[in-house]
Amino acid sequence: MKIIVVGCGKIGTTIIESLVSEGHDVVAVDSNKSAVDEVGNIYDVMCLCGNGVDWETLSEAGVEKAELFVAVTGSDEFNMLSCYIARRMGARHTVARIRNPEYNDRSLSYMRQMLDISLPLNPELFTAHEAFNTLKLQSAVNIETFSQRNLEMVELIINEGCRLDGCSLMELKKRYRADYLICAVKRGSEVIVPGGNFVLRRGDKIGLVAAPNGISKIIKMLGFADKQAKSVIILGASMTAFYLAKLLVASGNSVKIIDKSEERCRTFAERIPEAVVICGDGAEQEVLLEEGLDKADAFVTLTGMDEENILISFFAASREVPKIITKVNRSELAEMAEKLGLNSVVSPRKIVSDILIRYARALENSLGSNVETLYKLMDSEVEALEFNVSEDFEGRGIPLKDMKFKPNLIIAGIIRKRKPFIPTGDDVILSGDKVVVVASGQKFIDLSDILGQR
Amino acid sequence: MNHKKVFNTIGLLLIIEGILLLLPAAVGLVYREPRAMSAFLLSAGVSATVGGVLVAFLRPKNNVIYAKDGFAIVSIAWIAMSAFGALPFVLSGEIPNYIDAFFETVSGFTTTGASVLSSVEDKTHAVLFWRSFTHWIGGMGVIVFMMAILSSISDRSIHIMRAEMPGPTVGKLVPRTKDTAKILYLIYVGLTVVQVILLLCGGMPFFDSLLHTFGTAGTGGFGVRNDSIGSYSSYLTNVITVFMLLFGINFNLYYLLLVGKFKAVLKSTELWCYLAIAAVAAGIITLNILPGYESAGKAIEDAAFQVASVMTTTGFSTTDFNLWPSLSKAILLILMFVGACAGSTGGGLKVSRVMILFKLIFRELRQMLHPRSVNSVKFEGKPVETATLNSVATYFVVYVVCLAGAFLALCFEPGFDFETNFTATVACFNNIGPGFGGVGPASNFSAYSGFSKLVLSAAMLLGRLEIFPLILACSPSTWKRK
Repeated sequence: MKIIVVGCGKIGTTIIESLVSEGHDVVAVDSNKSAVDEVGNIYDVMCLCGNGVDWETLSEAGVEKAELFVAVTGSDEFNMLSCYIARRMGARHTVARIRNPEYNDRSLSYMRQMLDISLPLNPELFTAHEAFNTLKLQSAVNIETFSQRNLEMVELIINEGCRLDGCSLMELKKRYRADYLICAVKRGSEVIVPGGNFVLRRGDKIGLVAAPNGISKIIKMLGFADKQAKSVIILGASMTAFYLAKLLVASGNSVKIIDKSEERCRTFAERIPEAVVICGDGAEQEVLLEEGLDKADAFVTLTGMDEENILISFFAASREVPKIITKVNRSELAEMAEKLGLNSVVSPRKIVSDILIRYARALENSLGSNVETLYKLMDSEVEALEFNVSEDFEGRGIPLKDMKFKPNLIIAGIIRKRKPFIPTGDDVILSGDKVVVVASGQKFIDLSDILGQR
Repeated sequence: MNHKKVFNTIGLLLIIEGILLLLPAAVGLVYREPRAMSAFLLSAGVSATVGGVLVAFLRPKNNVIYAKDGFAIVSIAWIAMSAFGALPFVLSGEIPNYIDAFFETVSGFTTTGASVLSSVEDKTHAVLFWRSFTHWIGGMGVIVFMMAILSSISDRSIHIMRAEMPGPTVGKLVPRTKDTAKILYLIYVGLTVVQVILLLCGGMPFFDSLLHTFGTAGTGGFGVRNDSIGSYSSYLTNVITVFMLLFGINFNLYYLLLVGKFKAVLKSTELWCYLAIAAVAAGIITLNILPGYESAGKAIEDAAFQVASVMTTTGFSTTDFNLWPSLSKAILLILMFVGACAGSTGGGLKVSRVMILFKLIFRELRQMLHPRSVNSVKFEGKPVETATLNSVATYFVVYVVCLAGAFLALCFEPGFDFETNFTATVACFNNIGPGFGGVGPASNFSAYSGFSKLVLSAAMLLGRLEIFPLILACSPSTWKRK
């Protein structure tokens, strides 16, 4: 697919990286020569130095034939205008990064319609949603929803003294009967799609799939703490913090926001009167303790500095705050923070690029591929793919236990007539179903690709 | 540096060379030349085996390459290709001395066309085919060829392409390097086929048409007759003149033509400048040589052919231009330096570089007149960046230094006059082929000693790869592990 990306900043570069690895033809545009040159040196893309709103630059980039046009510069207005012009020039779909909260309320749908933008991207809002989801379940380090919220996957960590420690998946299923499936396990840096004989161990990070309404019950049954966070401390009055505080306040949590800048604190206090806004330096441990870090259910660091977020999170971890979410933008730092023990790391760049890839896949789907949507799980090591089962799938009607699959994949869920269920060996796949396949290290284009050689 | 990746890529390239060596072997089979055929088969085997060993034993852990790896890959690849490509000449006994054979192969791959053979008419078809075929492969670039046929070498293969493609800046035509390489080769093959057909229409035998087209396409200059193009009809001469000029044009312009952007092509100042220089030079030479000719038509034909041949750095000849008046020779000598367009198969400084250099001179003059004035250099309608300006200016300096160094090294050998030595260096460095004096179109390079031939081989490689990749590949900091 031909895709044009305007803006080679942090977000733009991450998007370009994942689009190229998906095999798309990407043209990168930026008015900063050294930024585009850098992108051209690292990724196999065509680079254009120029103004992304300028007709001449856009036509040189080949907008008329572009399937997807993405504008992710730092300026909302620039992105909107750029998308508008690209759309008028013939780009099939447009994506604009729009992050100003003023544009993200009711006016957004109007603007979307008038400017014909297919997908508005708001990294801060998406990040806030992800953090919010994670806060819902205390023991979950991450939550992902599939197929229009019909299935949910939670990532849990097996701690010392957990009932799952030393238990094989087969035993587990016998001991705790319910509709769930462990579809991926991360042990060290390796991600495994486990079989029935797989024995769980302390320190494993597991991915558990279940229907969303039953999931908290299942988690409790397996012996994980399941308390929703009630009092949350947010560090840094950033845009993400604003969206997150709004979500938390709306669902009845008590929220405390700490920031250095008095001006920003004042804006927050005006806009979210329900929250307690503290003006103070979050890097000072005294301030945090005084504001009740020890008693908080959750602590979220959302300042603009990755390093600050990581270090303060470590301090919170040493005070045994039950749930800590750290925003880390640079992917190499995120990896390091996770290795050092911060479990819930959110990365806006990664979230945005995942969303865009999902969108690009869906577009490609309309161009012939059978993959409905794609999710990247467990720090992007595992992919969950959603397929529509067509009439000509040869595995129709055969019980799963009799089918031969390729290694390292698992059928994590089937959605039949809008009802999700976790399949067992006796279940069959019928045409018209939606099937969620979790796989590591492989790429599938069609559902029949999952079948092994007979 | 990623040593494993570099040598793995070289290995792949040698395998490809092994496959390419099978083509002349097939030619040998067709023309029943058993000795040449077995020489080519053996060389193919050696090349593919060495390549296979490199590929099998050096599996890179990661595919990441940086600019320095690109330089190293390209430099080593060209030397290795020439070293293995020289084998069949020796094995078949037709160029028994290995240094001579190496010189001939380097001359082929770098599309120079300087030969050590005093007679080509007594050589086998297979050997003649390989000589010309190296032109065709080297013209567009060996590694670009590899990128076009293999699946992606690395995400960062642009570094390799940049190191191999001539010109001040290298851009892509389409997002993927592989697709860009493919498009370039398709255009190249397309033009080649058209020329072969046109030559066939003029009554040239198929084998000769093919070989002359290879020589033209790569702007090389190896032929099948001792007098180069001299004995062919004026139709054939003119077809070759036109195609030499066509292959000297930036290939990006052909792509723009293919996608229907005619206006952009017409706006290319480099194209117009290139054609204008060629026209003016041909005009002056015609007037200058007219007294020695019976008809004006023949004079124009010869002048145009020779201008096209020298400017695109092909090196074919229809007549011994060594006997022309000195004004004409001086113009040809200057054209040797100018060269063809950037992004073409031709060599030399490149028209775009010369244009930018002249604009730099004018900017400097303006700056002296109005010390406070702020000036920018524009090229093709866009301001040229300071980095590009610097690299063009630096390139010119390095070019002169290297040329002077090679010339000096050549002068150590007694027995050659100034004109011969100087034009031999210029002709090799700019990948033209024949020079004046003792290396004029009617003579050859066989009189030089082995040392001088190696110096000239190095000059040819420096000229083809535009100096920097080779110099950088030789610098120790490229090879440090940390």
